[in-house]
Amino acid sequence: MSTGTSWFIIIVTLLNIAGCVWLLVANGRAVDPAGTAKDTGHVWDGDLQELNNPLPRWWFWLFIISVIFSLAYLVLYPGLGSFRGVLGWSQSGQHAGEVARANAAQKERYARYASLSLPALAADPEAMGTARTLYANYCAACHGSDARGGAGFPNLTDASWLYGGDPDTVLASIANGRMGAMPGWEAALGGEAGVDEVTAYVLSLSGTAGDPGRIAAGEAKYATYCVACHGVDGSGNPALGAPNLKDDVWLYGGDAVTVRTSIAKGRQGQMPAHEALLGTDRVRLLAAYVLKLSSGDGST
Amino acid sequence: MSAATAVASRDTVYNDRVVRQFAIMTVVWGIVGMLVGVIIAAQLLWPALNFDLPWTSFGRLRPLHTNAVIFAFGGSALFACSYYIVQRTCHARLFSDGLAAFTFWGWQLIIVAAAVTLPLGLTSAKEYAELEWPIDVAIAVVWVAYGIVFFGTLAKRRIQHIYVANWFFAAYIITIAVLHIVNSAAVPVSATKSYSLYAGVVDAMVQWWYGHNAVGFFLTAGFLGMMYYFVPKQAGRPIYSYRLSVVHFWALISIYMWAGPHHLHYTSLPDWVQSLGMVFSLMLIAPSWGGMINGIMTLSGAWEKLRSDPILKFLIVSLSFYGMSTFEGPMMSIRTVNALSHYTDWTIGHVHSGALGWVAMISVGSIYALVPRLYGRTEMYSVKMIDLHFWTTTIGIVLYVASMWIAGVMQGLMWRATNADGTLTYSFIESLAATYPYYAIRLLGGTLVFAGMLLMAWNVWQTVRQRSAEIDVPIPAPA
Repeated sequence: MSTGTSWFIIIVTLLNIAGCVWLLVANGRAVDPAGTAKDTGHVWDGDLQELNNPLPRWWFWLFIISVIFSLAYLVLYPGLGSFRGVLGWSQSGQHAGEVARANAAQKERYARYASLSLPALAADPEAMGTARTLYANYCAACHGSDARGGAGFPNLTDASWLYGGDPDTVLASIANGRMGAMPGWEAALGGEAGVDEVTAYVLSLSGTAGDPGRIAAGEAKYATYCVACHGVDGSGNPALGAPNLKDDVWLYGGDAVTVRTSIAKGRQGQMPAHEALLGTDRVRLLAAYVLKLSSGDGST
Repeated sequence: MSAATAVASRDTVYNDRVVRQFAIMTVVWGIVGMLVGVIIAAQLLWPALNFDLPWTSFGRLRPLHTNAVIFAFGGSALFACSYYIVQRTCHARLFSDGLAAFTFWGWQLIIVAAAVTLPLGLTSAKEYAELEWPIDVAIAVVWVAYGIVFFGTLAKRRIQHIYVANWFFAAYIITIAVLHIVNSAAVPVSATKSYSLYAGVVDAMVQWWYGHNAVGFFLTAGFLGMMYYFVPKQAGRPIYSYRLSVVHFWALISIYMWAGPHHLHYTSLPDWVQSLGMVFSLMLIAPSWGGMINGIMTLSGAWEKLRSDPILKFLIVSLSFYGMSTFEGPMMSIRTVNALSHYTDWTIGHVHSGALGWVAMISVGSIYALVPRLYGRTEMYSVKMIDLHFWTTTIGIVLYVASMWIAGVMQGLMWRATNADGTLTYSFIESLAATYPYYAIRLLGGTLVFAGMLLMAWNVWQTVRQRSAEIDVPIPAPA
């Protein structure tokens, strides 16, 4: 801020405080010596009158003390324009100091975590204790406090993976996030009838019976439009995050209406990237925790 | 009666018609505003009560609740009492009957517009100033008319000295006009949508300069005006200290102006602005308490009236809540305290100890004192019922405020708790689950306060039914 602005702030601030103190002292001095407060002689509305008692002493001093405290605070802390205060305090400095202290306190712990592989972390009770609270704060909102997910949010406790369940891939999913894009196919499949046929075929892949004629028609359309991502046999493609259609695991729901909607309108799945938010060490802990969950040790 | 005598009689009696209208609507809007409050308190406990409809969701009903209670209930009470008091303490009829009627119908129309547009989701998203620009323009017009009526009446006063209640009304009317116009400045893009004239942190600062002064001038100065008339009237005692009222008036209105930044501690607002907001909030304790002392000490020598007069109980307990919340507020403005209290339900508790304990109780007490005077009666239909109302309200407020204090401090502590490994001890949902019992107690407290308003409506209705045939009050002849 400019020097002029700074002085303007300082002067207006101090003038307002000085004005209040002047008002207080000017009215505070006149203590009624006899202790008998007289009224001011004004009368309104028949019987409304005013006494003129002295300012209560404790109230007078309460005001003075609050002013002294405030002036002292403005000397110690930023407040008077661009004057930074003799303590040199700032909220960004306070934040940086707290982060540095916390990092110093955690340094050894996280150095040890960093030295362990993901499978070793998953077997380390202390590391998993940290990971559990990280999961509760950063993952549970979508994947659930029991990690079983929900519509649109993958179940982390089963062995089914969209992008692959090896340690490096799980780590990449958490660190960098994922964008799952299924296009809407209603127009390409020739409208509702085409969507119904492909729906019948997709459901048949995981064993749901349907009208054979429809399934056959759907299979032909599948071979044209779906095969590129979901594969010839419907087993999906982890490199693309294209789901396996044969395992009866459904991200958005496996009933005919939901599958039909997925095919007709498409889906947009988003897993946010967490490395920039949490740092490498904590992302590794979470990856290990997810590996532990999916290995059947579902104790959350 | 000939036209000439009708005109003559209009100049010899007070205009209590507009006062009666605003007094009745105070009760009506009190019931509406508090009912919406009870509904949203229940929604926090049972989210199913949102009914999965946009119009009844918490996010839309909450601003409806705050606007209805502050501006419809509190606003109507302020209009009623300021119009009554300025006439009685100036010995003059309102400056303009037509403009006064315009303010009544204009204000009611604005409230109805708010009650329609807020559930529809039309909002400028500024807290306590959510209404969109066409309604903001209407508010400015009605407010200017209010100013003309009030200051016009002051100008034609027949008592030289201006009574202290009118200082506070004058400060509140002028300041609210300035606050409202500056904060609501926006660029309209359609009849129902506008964008604030300010950007980023400047917008936030303007918003809280407005927001906190809405507390300071609308909810404090205005209601102190009420207090300065009805406490001495009801107690039958003179005001304790003229000189105290001079000091605390000027200190209050000058210092309040600076306090807004305490709503933005630890944000992108520059450190120095935050500090000024904090120290000026601390210096507000004494000026705020000046009003409490002047009110409570006015009763000195007539304490026994507290036993028999439930209206006086309302007035004096409201001053106690006023003293409590004007101590609590400065404490919460201290950086380190605010780091704990900010964003928690402690803030909600603080606001309601002010809004229910101070604003609602002083309004209810004043309206109980006013209604018999407006309808030619000596007292309300049932004084016992006022006493019952007093106790339901007091117990309700204590339940409300205490539960939110506990919930707020608990939330603040849970959010900041960390484990040895640096992780947060509690997830947000755990703090929410821990708050549920307190939401239930809050709902109970709010329901009690709401039930009291129903008692009041019945009592006012019965009093109005028994009104005298001649209810015009003559203006005292010049001495």
